[in-house]
Amino acid sequence: MAYTVRRPNLTFWEKLYLPNIVAGLAITFNHLKKMLKGETKVVMQYPEEKWDAQLPEYYRGAPTLVTDEHGRERCVSCQLCEFICPPRAIKITPGSLPTDSKFAKVEKAPQAFDIDMSRCIYCGLCEEVCPEQAIYLRKDYAVTGESRADMVHHKAKLYELGGSMPGLVHKWNPDK
Amino acid sequence: MSTEVPLLNVQIDGVWLQFPKGTKVIDACQQAGKFIPRYCYHPKLSIPGNCRMCLIEMGMPKMTPDRKPVLGPDGKPEIGWIPRPQISCAQDVAEGMGVRTDSPMVKECRQGVMEFLLINHPLDCPICDQAGECRLQEFSVEYGNAHSRFLERKVKKPKNVELGPRVTLDAERCVLCSRCIRFMKEVANDDVLGFVDRGGFSTIACHPDKTLESNYSLNTVDICPVGALTSTDFRFKMRVWFLKETKSIDVNDGLGCNILIGSREGQIYRITPRENNDVNGNWIPDSHRLNFKYLRAEERLLQPTVEGKQTSWSDAVSAAVTKLKSAGKLALVASARLTNEELYLAKRLATALNVTIQDVLPRTGEPDGILIPADRNPNTSGARLLGATGETPGARLKDILAGVRNGSITGILCLGEDLLDCGFTHDDLAKLKVIVVTSILANPTTAAAHVALPGAGFAEKRGSMINIRGRLQRLNKAVEPLGEARDDWEILTDLLAAAGCVHSLHSIEDVFRAMSQDVPEFAGLNLGKIGDLGLQLLNKPETVTA
Amino acid sequence: MDFLNDIPWMLIAASIAKTLFLIFGVVLPIVSYTVYAERRVSALIQDRLGPNRTGFPISLFGFEKDLQLFLGGLGQPIADAVKFLLKEEFTPAHVNKFYFWLAPVLAMVPALSTLAVLPFGNYLFGQKMVVADVNVGILYVFAIASIGVYGIVLAGWSSNSKYPFLGSIRASSQMISYELSLGLSAVPVLLIIGNLNLSQAIQYQIENGWLLLPFTDGNLTLRELLLWIPVLISFIIFTISMFAETNRLPFDLPESETELVAGYHTEYSAMKFALFFLGEYAAMIAGSSVIVVLFLGGWHIPFLPINTLESSTTPAGIALGFLHITAFFAKVVGILLFFIWVRWTLPRFRFDQLMKLGWLYLFEIALVNIFITAAILALVK
Repeated sequence: MAYTVRRPNLTFWEKLYLPNIVAGLAITFNHLKKMLKGETKVVMQYPEEKWDAQLPEYYRGAPTLVTDEHGRERCVSCQLCEFICPPRAIKITPGSLPTDSKFAKVEKAPQAFDIDMSRCIYCGLCEEVCPEQAIYLRKDYAVTGESRADMVHHKAKLYELGGSMPGLVHKWNPDK
Repeated sequence: MSTEVPLLNVQIDGVWLQFPKGTKVIDACQQAGKFIPRYCYHPKLSIPGNCRMCLIEMGMPKMTPDRKPVLGPDGKPEIGWIPRPQISCAQDVAEGMGVRTDSPMVKECRQGVMEFLLINHPLDCPICDQAGECRLQEFSVEYGNAHSRFLERKVKKPKNVELGPRVTLDAERCVLCSRCIRFMKEVANDDVLGFVDRGGFSTIACHPDKTLESNYSLNTVDICPVGALTSTDFRFKMRVWFLKETKSIDVNDGLGCNILIGSREGQIYRITPRENNDVNGNWIPDSHRLNFKYLRAEERLLQPTVEGKQTSWSDAVSAAVTKLKSAGKLALVASARLTNEELYLAKRLATALNVTIQDVLPRTGEPDGILIPADRNPNTSGARLLGATGETPGARLKDILAGVRNGSITGILCLGEDLLDCGFTHDDLAKLKVIVVTSILANPTTAAAHVALPGAGFAEKRGSMINIRGRLQRLNKAVEPLGEARDDWEILTDLLAAAGCVHSLHSIEDVFRAMSQDVPEFAGLNLGKIGDLGLQLLNKPETVTA
Repeated sequence: MDFLNDIPWMLIAASIAKTLFLIFGVVLPIVSYTVYAERRVSALIQDRLGPNRTGFPISLFGFEKDLQLFLGGLGQPIADAVKFLLKEEFTPAHVNKFYFWLAPVLAMVPALSTLAVLPFGNYLFGQKMVVADVNVGILYVFAIASIGVYGIVLAGWSSNSKYPFLGSIRASSQMISYELSLGLSAVPVLLIIGNLNLSQAIQYQIENGWLLLPFTDGNLTLRELLLWIPVLISFIIFTISMFAETNRLPFDLPESETELVAGYHTEYSAMKFALFFLGEYAAMIAGSSVIVVLFLGGWHIPFLPINTLESSTTPAGIALGFLHITAFFAKVVGILLFFIWVRWTLPRFRFDQLMKLGWLYLFEIALVNIFITAAILALVK
């Protein structure tokens, strides 16, 4: 249905447009003046000032892999994160745990786990989808490298960034 | 016309429908669009009725004392509902029968059965290969509870048990539907599996002195509704939801079992059977389904070579034709593993190059009485039809060999075969002035060849084949050829053009169209008309066991 | 070999020197720093800081840190220029190559050519500070400036892509429309001055006060006061038209990011894009210079002595000559800052509003303004 918006009736000066331009120029000029005088609070000057201390617990930095309290890698390479990852940054090669392993009951662990940080968009879907609570977005946000290959976080790097996260899952504990 | 099967009136969820006599209630409901969950029921196997998942509410018409059905106000029989649920898989439809598939009782029953089946389930979906195609997952979402009420310790059962060389068992995931036991007994004729232990500790196990080593053992993995039986070959290789499934046919024997090729990013991970009741039913031999790894083998030919030197395709093709034309008397050794299109092009190429004699290499073996016939070439019928061989394949090979040995044949064009398999020796190969060969893998012939052209494997090309029963079936492309290998029909059309034969064959469809114009059997057909299940082309009553 | 003696070598040498000084010594630096100013001013207006880090890269030569002069980021234009030069010179496959390469040149050259007739100073070293003191100055400016549209139209057409094409269509109609009011609004000024030569226009303003500020000659007559009204109207229309001619906001429809990706230069990158960019800013400088010459007395500084040809070689004369050149470009920079200020204040017009403003208001007002000026000139002596 057509919906008519009545335009407001303008006075002569408003129709002339020029006074309003001057008013607009005055507004922007005031901002300029305040900035020049240093009265406006500006953003943080990043490399010199950092907000690492204020990062909230739920901060979404670089995705990492974590181990549990027994040192077991939580990831069982179910590849759900690879599936959900919108920019397809994750690439997993599944592998099986050796039968003499302490965690042989888990049977499966990633042989290789690569996250291409030049693709990652820090959306956190991998963390959300992970059924084993193995992948977490930690607080590292300054991910740099000198080549595309540098920007790929391999498994070792992911565990180094992630560290250990005890508790949470008791599924693989044979007594529970 | 076959004998008329009488139609019976059945009421499903309040709607009266007609089904032929002998239909199972579970199938009738599915045809009516009311899917009934099931674990143990499989249309190709006997019916034990032990999973209890397909419970429904059922009723028969109320009868007056004189055995006449009581008619309701709508003129239809009134139904007297049986107060307890029935399993729909073990029940044939009957006249006037009523079925309720979504009544509160049915829903409650399914919920109860699901909870019961999941009591001891390890919930290890993240590592389970079945995840994504698991009936437990699907029905749990559809009919189950969101949480567990089970507080006790779960029963521990053996995990990672090798039942046979190709099948691994995780007994904790098993729902004891007995499909695998019945399959081995009824289809594979190798009664090796059975239940051991009682009650909650029941597990699947092999007979003490045997292992699950039948050539059909992997079909138990396919029919296992849960992740209890998994393929040792496919185990932990790739999650099933990543796999692109391409409908194609198997090329390991003359039957041409219908298959699904599961691939991801150019790599084949597994092959599973595809239902076609006119060919292979729901099954496929293990040896056939595991025979795809050679496509990625070390000795795969990746680049065309001329005199052993790698070169470009255009150079290789023109060198091949120049050499063949200057070679003198030519013979063509084609392969009954080629598609009809390729054989047709080979025939045209033979004419263009004045080839005097041609044949294919026969392959035979002991038929297994189930799915593997004596003929181990997938397209012998096609080769015969297209003139690549005579009535007895391989009969002319002796003449070719003799011609080579007495020097009357000086050049051989070999398509997809190793001449050593055809009775040639290294000395014979050395005697030939020109050998041009297309092949997937490197072999003595490609090593001796003057021009070797890398061709495509069965999963890398499209085309059609005719099985031993005269059924025309279709191959589909699942992955791209490795390296610079090309589809064989492209190689052949290029060779044709280089041989001076003007043609306008730019796609496999063009080739089929040309073939359908030249060969009366293919008249009016195209690749699309063949369909996923193929169609009967030649009248051949030949059976698998023959 | 007589004809060699006939060639005015001195004139040619002086013209080349003046051109080089004007383009490489003044205009191109102003262009690059206008871009920097644009970014800094827009940032300050929006309560940000803008580019404040790029110093002069002396760290390349072994120093500890890059050199930062008062405001940080003054090295930014240099970094930008280096980036543009080093980027891959990419030509998309689907474009019409010849015109695609020609277009940036056509955008840059007219903008710089207009500068030839603009007197940017008084006498210095015995030379008049104008490259070509022609007597059709203002007509030359209009003629050359209107060629600038070809660069844009060709860019849009040869890109063979829809957004550039739409942008260039908009540009052509917009430039044609606003050229009318631009020309008509200059007529009253020319009526008052009575000469097309731009040096003479400045001479008139030295003698009678700047047209926009008629008191700068020290007295204010009734005639000047009456003429001030049409001159003010002319000035406003001329400035607005200049905004439209140079595709500046609020009239930057040919490259409106929200609708057309980047308008006519969507498919351009690296130095070809930079040429468009430079051309746009050079056109702004040319436009500002015309405004300065016509309305703001050119290089004239009120109440200061004026050099003559003879005095321009004395030390005091040289100082004065440079002072006048500085004054001219100071005025130009003032106008440029105004351009920037307006850009970050006003939202973009809709295309129909743009056309309506040009054809229904500015055109008519400029036309009437000519008659008013003529009437005043005829009636008030």
